[in-house]
Amino acid sequence: MRLLASLALAVPLAVQAAMGPDDARHLLNRAGFGATPREIAEYAALERTQAVERLLAGTGGAAVTAPPQWVREPITPPRALRGATKEERQAFLAQEIGRSFDLRAWWIGEMLATPSPLTERMTLFWHNHFVSSQQKVRYARLMYEQNVLLRRHATGSFAALLHAVARDPAMIVYLDSASNRKGSPNENFAREVMELFTLGEGHYAEQDVREAARAFTGWSLDLDTGAFRFRPFLHDAGAKTVLGRSGNFDGDEVLDILLAQRATAEFVVAKLWREFVSPEPDPQAVQRIAARFRAARYDLKVALRELFLAEAFWAAGSRAALVKSPVDLVVGTLRALEFQVGDPLPFALVTAGLGQNLFAPPNVKGWPGGEAWINSSTLLGRKQFAERIFRAEEMPRMAPAAARRPGAGELGRAPGFGRMGEEGRARVLRALGEIHFDPQRWLGAFHAPVSQADLERALLARAPIVALPPEATPRETIRLLALDPVYQLK
Amino acid sequence: MNRREFLCACAAASCAAILPRPAAAGVTPGYRNLLVLVELKGGNDGLNTVVPYADPAYYALRPRIAIARDQVLQLDARTGLHPALAPLLPLWQARELALVQGVGYARPNLSHFRSIEIWDTASASEEILADGWLARAFAAHPTPRGFAADGVVVGASDLGPLAGTGARAVALASTAQFQRQAKLAQPLEAPGGTRALAHLLKVEADVARAAAGLQGDHAFRTAFPQGAFGQAVRTAAQVVAANAGVAAVHLGLNGFDTHQNQSGVHANLLRQLAEGLAALRGALVELDRWGSTLVLTYAEFGRRPQENGSGGTDHGTANVHFALGGAVRGGLVGPAPRLDRLEGGNLAHGIEFRSLYATVLERWWGVPASGVLGGRFAPLDLLKA
Repeated sequence: MRLLASLALAVPLAVQAAMGPDDARHLLNRAGFGATPREIAEYAALERTQAVERLLAGTGGAAVTAPPQWVREPITPPRALRGATKEERQAFLAQEIGRSFDLRAWWIGEMLATPSPLTERMTLFWHNHFVSSQQKVRYARLMYEQNVLLRRHATGSFAALLHAVARDPAMIVYLDSASNRKGSPNENFAREVMELFTLGEGHYAEQDVREAARAFTGWSLDLDTGAFRFRPFLHDAGAKTVLGRSGNFDGDEVLDILLAQRATAEFVVAKLWREFVSPEPDPQAVQRIAARFRAARYDLKVALRELFLAEAFWAAGSRAALVKSPVDLVVGTLRALEFQVGDPLPFALVTAGLGQNLFAPPNVKGWPGGEAWINSSTLLGRKQFAERIFRAEEMPRMAPAAARRPGAGELGRAPGFGRMGEEGRARVLRALGEIHFDPQRWLGAFHAPVSQADLERALLARAPIVALPPEATPRETIRLLALDPVYQLK
Repeated sequence: MNRREFLCACAAASCAAILPRPAAAGVTPGYRNLLVLVELKGGNDGLNTVVPYADPAYYALRPRIAIARDQVLQLDARTGLHPALAPLLPLWQARELALVQGVGYARPNLSHFRSIEIWDTASASEEILADGWLARAFAAHPTPRGFAADGVVVGASDLGPLAGTGARAVALASTAQFQRQAKLAQPLEAPGGTRALAHLLKVEADVARAAAGLQGDHAFRTAFPQGAFGQAVRTAAQVVAANAGVAAVHLGLNGFDTHQNQSGVHANLLRQLAEGLAALRGALVELDRWGSTLVLTYAEFGRRPQENGSGGTDHGTANVHFALGGAVRGGLVGPAPRLDRLEGGNLAHGIEFRSLYATVLERWWGVPASGVLGGRFAPLDLLKA
């Protein structure tokens, strides 16, 4: 044990060298979405610590692409809908469905355009941690605002993020906080904040849920504007006991009690570990990183730095150990191969068809991820995506069929596609025509002549399973590598 | 030769005395008997599904959402069905529908995710098991060699009770789409590597194998309901029609987590469920498979007897479930809910949920249950003798 510890101390000396292309690809694929040959070459010349510092320093709190126009428009208040005719209500639903397509396309576009993929990866991580779904929230604008909030705090303070999320209007709708009132508590938020957002199952009792629910009573919405509003008359100001502490707590005080628990830091760090390092967190390393994370007042950059520089992150056994999420696969492919795309909407539909419908996770626990991403149905869908994307000449031929018959093909499988209407389908059709891959330009980033080994190293986390025919051209090699089982891993 | 054949060959005369009572006129156990699991995702409100309409406590606990006495489809002097379940009445009258009441487990967990994990893995409340109970059953007692798959999950990507290393499970949205795409995947040898890679290679092999057999383009006279559940039922019926060998099919219906204004939503869900199950019966009768099909519903939990302040119900515990099929012995099974004896506001359970699984394993498939379930759970008398 002592020998191991001294070896670990010696590591910083050993990494004071350029990390090379394999490590660069590994880091960029894990911390972002895919990496171009130029990015890999650039990072290959850095030391590991330099590279990690550069990624962290590049994170930002705001999107670089303009959001849809309607995010600045007032919402249609529920009051207005109550008196509405059936047609008016249907028009409202159709409008919000249309907006949900705008929103998903916008976020995929941001992931493609961002100078800091780590920021978007963390925003997506929080979307899957502090889950809300437009299926229940209905208002696309509230979903947009939650996304802005998650990005603002994406690599900042987890404590600040938790407090902000608890009063986020989309969350208030999603977990029924608005119907949590003095004398008739609704436990939904209080339970999930403990089970899924902070402590994790097994670190609290049913009684803690009941008491905490009382502390959150009165946290509500202004039904006209959709903004957070505290309603003192609905708040239960009486004494509560949560996790052994007693007082006339309000919601913020309960959140602080949760943040003071060691279990919270460990729960979040273990989840970050599974996101970035490997499917099985090392309990000792998690405890060590969690202690520093908590001591640094939940500064997420402290946790991320520790995770990216952990020995386990770079270990051979951690390579090709994580399954790419649908967003990873789709955005990563487009970024790594420098596809030119116009309207990103088709890609939002593809990720939805593969099981990851942005702004609509399946339930409050989010997408289970990992191996659960891959089953016979989604694996086939992933391969079909790869087949299509690399055969640009097939796109225009396939698109009309997919668009004409909702229910056919992976686009048709995407939730809501059947309700897009003629206009929406025309939009998808147009967008499909704007996708372009230029193999000559992409291959130009390699030293000529480019070998199959160069391409494997750029695109795969380990050697392919299916042997490449030696006579395959570089362009054919790219396609075969994207169909290899290893391409689903990172 | 299995144990039963061996015994019979050696001592044909005394066979009947040695073996458990052979199901002469009733069920012949084996994997040719199909299990269809229907998951009511989110936790169905059992008290508004099978309604104790003669119990004043029911109406006292649920002033807003109780099903009025004159709306209930009365089955006997105190029990009735939600009116949206009318499509199931013919099954009840044909004695093909059993209502299994008070199903649950000790020390219930009220988390969706933990509780469905308990149901899917057939664990005790505090016990963590990695694999689904069906995956363990098929690992220990494999299906016949010619079977295209052990289990098929229709309309979802979550393998639930089939998740794990032991089962050949296939998830499909629709058979036609699956067939179209299957030519892109091919079986491969596993060269070692990470667990994630091993999983990928296993799925590739499953795809190739399943695609070889899951044909199914039968022209049913039965009409299938519109909507996701009706379409999943249609796909399940096509899988059965393919006759390629499948022991279990898993279907799901989403949306039972009815915390708010549940009445309309719940009625709609039950209507979809009842219409879908009635269509499944119609299709399987056409295929002459209804007599060898056992349909069971399950869910993570029931809901709290007392309605909440939002016209909905919060997470509860014990629940009622349906068992249906041509071989099912219809009627009410298990203790009626005791609203006068709530525990922490929730119903006590009278039937351990693993007894349902033991019934499937021992009586339906004829495989020993205690090894799979990690203990002895008495099977229920759900099947015709």
